Amino acid sequence: MQYTLVAWMRDKPGVLNRVSGMLRRRNFNIDSLQVSHSETPGISRMTFVVDGDERVADQVVKQLRKVVDVTAVEDITNRLAILRELALIRVRTTPATRGEIMQFAEIYRAQIVDVNAENLVVQAVGTEDKVDSLIELLRPFGIEEMVRTGRVALCRGDERPKRNKPATSIFKAAASLNGSAHAEK
Amino acid sequence: MALAKREPAESGYDLGPQEFTGSQMIWESLLREGVKTVFGHPGGAILPAYDALAEYEADGRIHHVLVRHEQCAAHMADGFARATGDVGVCIVTSGPGATNLVTGLATAQMDSVPVVAITGQVPTSLLGTDAFQESDVVGVTQPVCKHNYLVTDIAELPLVMKEAFYIAREGRPGVVLVDICKDVQIETGTFRYDFEINLPGFEPWPEFSPESVQEAADLLNESERPLILAGHGIHLSHTSDELLQLVEKAGIPVVTTLLGTGNIPETHPLSLGMGGMHGEAFANRAIQSCDVLVAMGMRFDDRITGRLDRFAADAKIIHFELDRAEVGKNIVPDVAVVGDLAETLPAFLPQVKDRRHQEWVDTLSEWRSETDEADIIQYEVEELIPPYVIRQLWHATERTEKRVIVVTDVGQHQMWESQYYIHEQAGMLLTSGGLGTMGYALPAALGAQMSDPEALVWCVAGDGGFQMTLQELATIQQEKMPVKIAIINNGFLGMVRQWQQIFYDKRYVGTPILSPDYVKLAEAYDIPGAVVRHPSEVVSVLEQAHATDGPYLVDFQVKEEVNVYPMVAPGAAVDELIRRPKPGHVQGYSGVQPSW
Repeated sequence: MQYTLVAWMRDKPGVLNRVSGMLRRRNFNIDSLQVSHSETPGISRMTFVVDGDERVADQVVKQLRKVVDVTAVEDITNRLAILRELALIRVRTTPATRGEIMQFAEIYRAQIVDVNAENLVVQAVGTEDKVDSLIELLRPFGIEEMVRTGRVALCRGDERPKRNKPATSIFKAAASLNGSAHAEK
Repeated sequence: MALAKREPAESGYDLGPQEFTGSQMIWESLLREGVKTVFGHPGGAILPAYDALAEYEADGRIHHVLVRHEQCAAHMADGFARATGDVGVCIVTSGPGATNLVTGLATAQMDSVPVVAITGQVPTSLLGTDAFQESDVVGVTQPVCKHNYLVTDIAELPLVMKEAFYIAREGRPGVVLVDICKDVQIETGTFRYDFEINLPGFEPWPEFSPESVQEAADLLNESERPLILAGHGIHLSHTSDELLQLVEKAGIPVVTTLLGTGNIPETHPLSLGMGGMHGEAFANRAIQSCDVLVAMGMRFDDRITGRLDRFAADAKIIHFELDRAEVGKNIVPDVAVVGDLAETLPAFLPQVKDRRHQEWVDTLSEWRSETDEADIIQYEVEELIPPYVIRQLWHATERTEKRVIVVTDVGQHQMWESQYYIHEQAGMLLTSGGLGTMGYALPAALGAQMSDPEALVWCVAGDGGFQMTLQELATIQQEKMPVKIAIINNGFLGMVRQWQQIFYDKRYVGTPILSPDYVKLAEAYDIPGAVVRHPSEVVSVLEQAHATDGPYLVDFQVKEEVNVYPMVAPGAAVDELIRRPKPGHVQGYSGVQPSW
């Protein structure tokens, strides 16, 4: 299962390396990792998509919290949230295919942001599913180059993480799921 | 953020703003942290700091111990820290000096030992140019540190130094490295030490939940076969007394981890000694048979659990732990009590009912009587075997009035020490448990001795590990420290040989090891010593070692192919162990296929 985690950290040189180094060292499987400024100057915001079970997600949260420069971590998987990804896709075109490609883009509410004789660039914004499906549609035309941001996430209204408090532990849930069969698989 | 709990004692030094060079700031920070001894090795990029050290050494405010290899500077700081509970400090130069530190830092970090390492770095103008003796020390040491810093601006230096000690000391202790560019050491700036630490991402002392303590007590109170598994956290939180109260009030037997050795006196009737890979059969059987396992200040290392899905499979597990990330890492407990044992144990005690658990304790005594330990110790020893040496060492040290510290290396002798030496207190045994670093014992023993020159410090090492750091004999002699050294010399890398015997059909590849004449070697450093080849010589030589004022080295030339038993093969459950052979029998190839 995929988990969406958000972490806030001090915007200092090497912090991304500290976080990614920890994830690599502990052998966590990260599907995507996105880092940007947050609303607070000096604090960066990272969005992780973690592949694994609840115990893995629990460990990622806890290990992230141990990184000194990480100021808060939230697992927002079970919250109502806006999940988005942006993709720029350069597709090969011929006069015959250009129209069809632009039609597909329109259906996906994607924009054409660059055009020239041999190709055009589609800018798509949406959930990963939506972006994936547009990419599959465009693939037969020939995708020359592509870049995706990875997931960014923002909780809706009342679901906003309360960052002053420590991240809620999902350990209890894990324990009740496993009962007394506490050992690793 | 929880307040600091382990503030250094009031140093009496001025905290207000003063003008200092970066080099002076290093030493001034150490003074304010209560540091009086540092272990180090100079070199180009740390030379300004060493130059400034002169004035601090001249009036005795700081004593610098010159090591013979930087790895040992970290081990000495580690030994010093374990022996005192204070932060140990080492200081080395850039490049090779810093990379040589890595093993020592990893050793300390794995065992939650507070160490601050200071490394020189090339000047900021040369950073990233592959300059002479440049290495990316922050990058290299990041995975083996609790935190680390590169200082490129003198304005940051005082804050970084204060944070470094704070992070190393508070919460679960660990290693913090501060890499300081050479130009920063030379510049002059404003130094102050009166600021508040503001680290919003560092939560060293999580507040415990009283409900979790109650839940734990409820579970324990219903138990018929409870067992405590006590780790290093008991020693680190100074809660041996509370643990003993709990044990006696609720009538709970105790198994310890290697680093938890001595958490309760091993002579106590409810002490079962160490569990895990080389724990006694009855200790491991107790783990497998208990109905409630109370794990305290430990992290379910694979050496203690063996095969995880068979570990204490019938037991409900209660985990008292300071580091939240250890909860659920290897074992998901039924109840977790996250917090400082110094708070959670006193809160737990009144909730726990007075119990005796007589039937359970009787069962354990019966299992204990089946062990062959007694046979090994008492039967007529015609050959010099290591368990006998260790037991005699205990007898010899038991008679002294001094504080006794035993520092072991890694391998067979380390396990024999934990089995046959009787530890009366937490912190008596210093050893590299997590990383298992050969070469640890000699430098760590010197570090421990530096913290308490009156203590009786025994370094117990194998012939393999001793040869990894034996150059520190020179440091021992230069510091005139009375470290006693016992080499358990069996001509093999013994533990590896044992694995080859048991799992690889006796193909001894790369394990026979030649030793120098250790007595002659010691003599070259002006350290007296003796060889012991026969059991009858053990007692008198140990007496001789204790009667000698300075250091003393004993080369115990023990029987070669002796194995550490019991033994749990890696990947096996802890009750599937290979027992000790009966006296006179040699146990050979087991045919066991370890699963790792």
